[in-house]
Amino acid sequence: MSAVQEAVTDAPAVEAIPKRALTLGTGTSLVVLALLIAAPLFVKNFIIFQMTMLLVYGLAVLALNILTGGSGQFSLGQSAFYAVGAYTSAILMEHAGMNYALTLPIAGIICFAFGFLFGQPALRLSGVYLALATFALATAMPQLLKLGYFEHWTGGVQGLVVTKPDAPFGLPISQDMWLYYFTLVITIAIYIFSVNLLKSRSGRAFMAIRDNEIAASAMGIDVALYKTLAFGVSAGITGVAGGLGAIAVQFVAPDGYTITLAISLFLGMVVGGVGWLPGSIVGSAFIIFVPNIAEGISKGLSGAVFGVILFLVIFLVPHGARQVALVAQHLLGKLKKSQKT
Amino acid sequence: MELFTNQILAGIATGAIYACMALAVVMIYQAIDHLNFAQGEMAMFSTFVSWQLMQWGVPYWGAFLLTLAFSFAGGIAIERLLFKPLAKAPILTNVAGFIALFAIINSVAGLIWDFTIKQYPTPFGSSPFLGSQLISTHQAGMIGVTVLLLIALYFFFQFTRIGLAMRAAASVPESARLVGINTSWMIALGWGMAAAIGSIAGMLIAPVVFLEPNMMGGVLIYGFAAAVLGGLTSPFGAVIGGFLVGIFENLAGTYIPGVGNELKLPIALALIVTVLVVKPAGLFGRPIVKRV
Amino acid sequence: MHSRPNFLLAAFATTVIALTSTADSAFAQKKYDTGATDTEIKIGNIMPYSGPASAYGVIGKTEAAYFNKINAEGGINGRKINFITYDDGYSPPKAVEQARKLVESDEVLLVFNPLGTPSNSAIQKYLNGKKVPQLFVATGATKWNDPKDFPWTMGWQPSYQSEARIYAKYLMKEKPGAKIAVLFQNDDFGKDYLKGLKDGLGTKASMIVAEESYETSEPTIDNHIVKLKASGADVFLSITTPKFAAQAIKKLAEIEWKPLHIVSNVSASVGGVIKPAGFENAQGILSAAYAKDGADPQWDNDPGMKKFLAFLEKYDPDANKLDGSVVYGYGAAQTMVKVLQMCGDNLTRENVMKQAASLKGFAPDTLLPGVTINTSPTDFAPIDQLQMMRFKGEKWELFGDIISGELSN
Repeated sequence: MSAVQEAVTDAPAVEAIPKRALTLGTGTSLVVLALLIAAPLFVKNFIIFQMTMLLVYGLAVLALNILTGGSGQFSLGQSAFYAVGAYTSAILMEHAGMNYALTLPIAGIICFAFGFLFGQPALRLSGVYLALATFALATAMPQLLKLGYFEHWTGGVQGLVVTKPDAPFGLPISQDMWLYYFTLVITIAIYIFSVNLLKSRSGRAFMAIRDNEIAASAMGIDVALYKTLAFGVSAGITGVAGGLGAIAVQFVAPDGYTITLAISLFLGMVVGGVGWLPGSIVGSAFIIFVPNIAEGISKGLSGAVFGVILFLVIFLVPHGARQVALVAQHLLGKLKKSQKT
Repeated sequence: MELFTNQILAGIATGAIYACMALAVVMIYQAIDHLNFAQGEMAMFSTFVSWQLMQWGVPYWGAFLLTLAFSFAGGIAIERLLFKPLAKAPILTNVAGFIALFAIINSVAGLIWDFTIKQYPTPFGSSPFLGSQLISTHQAGMIGVTVLLLIALYFFFQFTRIGLAMRAAASVPESARLVGINTSWMIALGWGMAAAIGSIAGMLIAPVVFLEPNMMGGVLIYGFAAAVLGGLTSPFGAVIGGFLVGIFENLAGTYIPGVGNELKLPIALALIVTVLVVKPAGLFGRPIVKRV
Repeated sequence: MHSRPNFLLAAFATTVIALTSTADSAFAQKKYDTGATDTEIKIGNIMPYSGPASAYGVIGKTEAAYFNKINAEGGINGRKINFITYDDGYSPPKAVEQARKLVESDEVLLVFNPLGTPSNSAIQKYLNGKKVPQLFVATGATKWNDPKDFPWTMGWQPSYQSEARIYAKYLMKEKPGAKIAVLFQNDDFGKDYLKGLKDGLGTKASMIVAEESYETSEPTIDNHIVKLKASGADVFLSITTPKFAAQAIKKLAEIEWKPLHIVSNVSASVGGVIKPAGFENAQGILSAAYAKDGADPQWDNDPGMKKFLAFLEKYDPDANKLDGSVVYGYGAAQTMVKVLQMCGDNLTRENVMKQAASLKGFAPDTLLPGVTINTSPTDFAPIDQLQMMRFKGEKWELFGDIISGELSN
């Protein structure tokens, strides 16, 4: 028996997505954008609120996609960064009276630093070990938020109530609608940034590391820098999402940022298609609406129904929404061909 | 000094719980190279099944053996029906499958047996062990069974053909297939054994923590932590890891001022992460060599 | 010539109509807010049916069954109750989503008995802003009794702090030199309780020699008990939820530590806590109660409990009558029905709050004899009386007077 366990390099844990398939085609993107802009004009405030949360969680899943789908690092700890972002916004708004819009970049920067720092010890870990380390972070966060030392700032177990902003310049739209468009603009900005990041040199470095870390380092990529950078960027975006979430929900408390959130974000990433940025919103829709559907089907067995639906989804489309999009693209291509002839 | 020894002993007692669970975790890892999030729920469900059998009048050891058989068969069934179709899917999708399984089992158990706690009997009695007030006979029995299981597993993996075949199928599947090992059934067997070991863990843990659908949630985290600390490839490491986590947690809670008590779990996990940074394969695991 | 009598007739008719319509507005005019009509009253509710607190989901189930019973018996003033309940998984953001759904999508008249301090804290500002009653919240946090700042929010059960103060009073009287060790859950429930204990002890707060907190994610609290025993305390206050209370009782017996053991009311259930932990281990434990225990044979012939058991048999046969949550749900639902009955045909949200703040001496079937519900525009704490009890044999023995937990300012 050898003292060393060999792991022949089998398929990488996270599979590569061809660069051109990273985003939706221009046409589809415009349609989706139009829908997102127009929809709130026709629905009730409550639906607008849900759509805002859809964007918020979509951002968080997007961040996870960059980290796992982009640089191949598992993370079950995104809820920790989300919480830090949320509390940063809440504390700045409630204790320092800061304008809500200003709190977001601050939340982003603080979380970026936090993620970057966390990425350091995480460098030597991968796969299941990294998952455990991030899991540890996620479980530690609610405890830290409850700590007596910080109670004066965080409100301890009682949490903090956050004031929702009114539309500026006296615009005649509801708070919900204003917040939605505000969130939409930020989401689009971050989405464009992320797509460009993944297409850039840094993005290629991420993906090289994801596909074969040893080969990447042999080729001269500063693995340590890029891995921690990926963590930082991912944490920063999640932090902004957390801040937006805090404003939308108007409340922060340790119980809202448990490991359940981290697991939900992970599921959102898988359902949307790992590494496929447009899928983030599909994943987000899954984790917001499917539990409601499951509850509607059976109150006592809502967890089981959710699990069954999840199984069905991963049986039918193991690669997530990206697979659906590919199939649709394929069919459209066939349609176009048959039209031409 | 007395407090110190007390906390160590108490830590060993709690650590026995983690060690039990960690064995099941290592078992499944040996079979599929992954951690199954639903392991704890499967153990909980098996324990409920044994409890139900006893409610219907089956004596303890009868229920115990029947449950072992049921868990073994159940583990194989779950693998064949739910995870074999996902064999070609990416690993992350499989993890999502584990999470779905967790949700289903937890929900169904809650519906069938509701959430009030239930007393679960122990074959070892609950009197103080050797006069010590800190370890009861049950906890001593738990440690004993865990050690026995550990020895049995060691023999299985080291000295039986099937054990060898399972390890081969998990670490070098291509080569294993070439030698004629049915890797697919090895995975199923691994699941079955992990489920059976998990059910033993559940039946040992329930008398201490009381039986209810959410009983294994916390235990599973500690089981993972212990298994990773000890080395995912080493059942021996898993058991030692369990005891170490239990002891360390207690000492941290007692001696780190102020936050020690409130941050017990994060501190324990931080310790494990630190160990991993120094020894990436865990204390007793075999270092992994990756070929490019 | 014709027009004159017609004119008179018309004038006469108009006067009659005017008089009768003003008479109508003086008595019995129906007034509704969203969620109430001639035939139905929509009641919203949020419960943790999944997640870490799913054990309390049974409260929502019991309430749904109770409202079914009321509907089967003709409803409230002829109107059926439409009870809409949603799961929040004990997560505040989800609670906000469900509350908004209830108010804006389902358009309920009021939100009844939402559970959990974090969830209620999250929705309090929203509901008060929308002027929707947040009635009889299912948590004992002291902050719900604040009609000045939150006129639309009202609690129901005795607050944790008032219960803790009762124990403090008892200890100062019966065991003035005691050394108290406290085990508390590290959340709003545990912390609120501890504050009540310390406030109740006042200058004697130094009686507390050891405090240990635990998280619900810990599998067992055994090692905390070991630590507390080492403090040399002779009183042990267990601010714990059922599973951990049972573990504590068991561990105390195992390590042969016999302090005066006080357990919080939420874990005083005979069937849910004491029996699994072992009757022989629980002798002499103290607690306090405001409601009757379903497992206690002393209530077998009590008319209120008989009604409760009959209700269970007919409308909720799978329910576990030993579960304190089931008794709780029944009592809360009964209080809600009483308030709606008092509203008569004026089913505006404002009137609902007005009637809820005018309960005097109302006794649901399941409260202890002598404990009644009283509210006023400045007192939004419906139940604030408790009676202490000691566990003997296989049941609780009530002793002493019914005590009010209000802090005498």
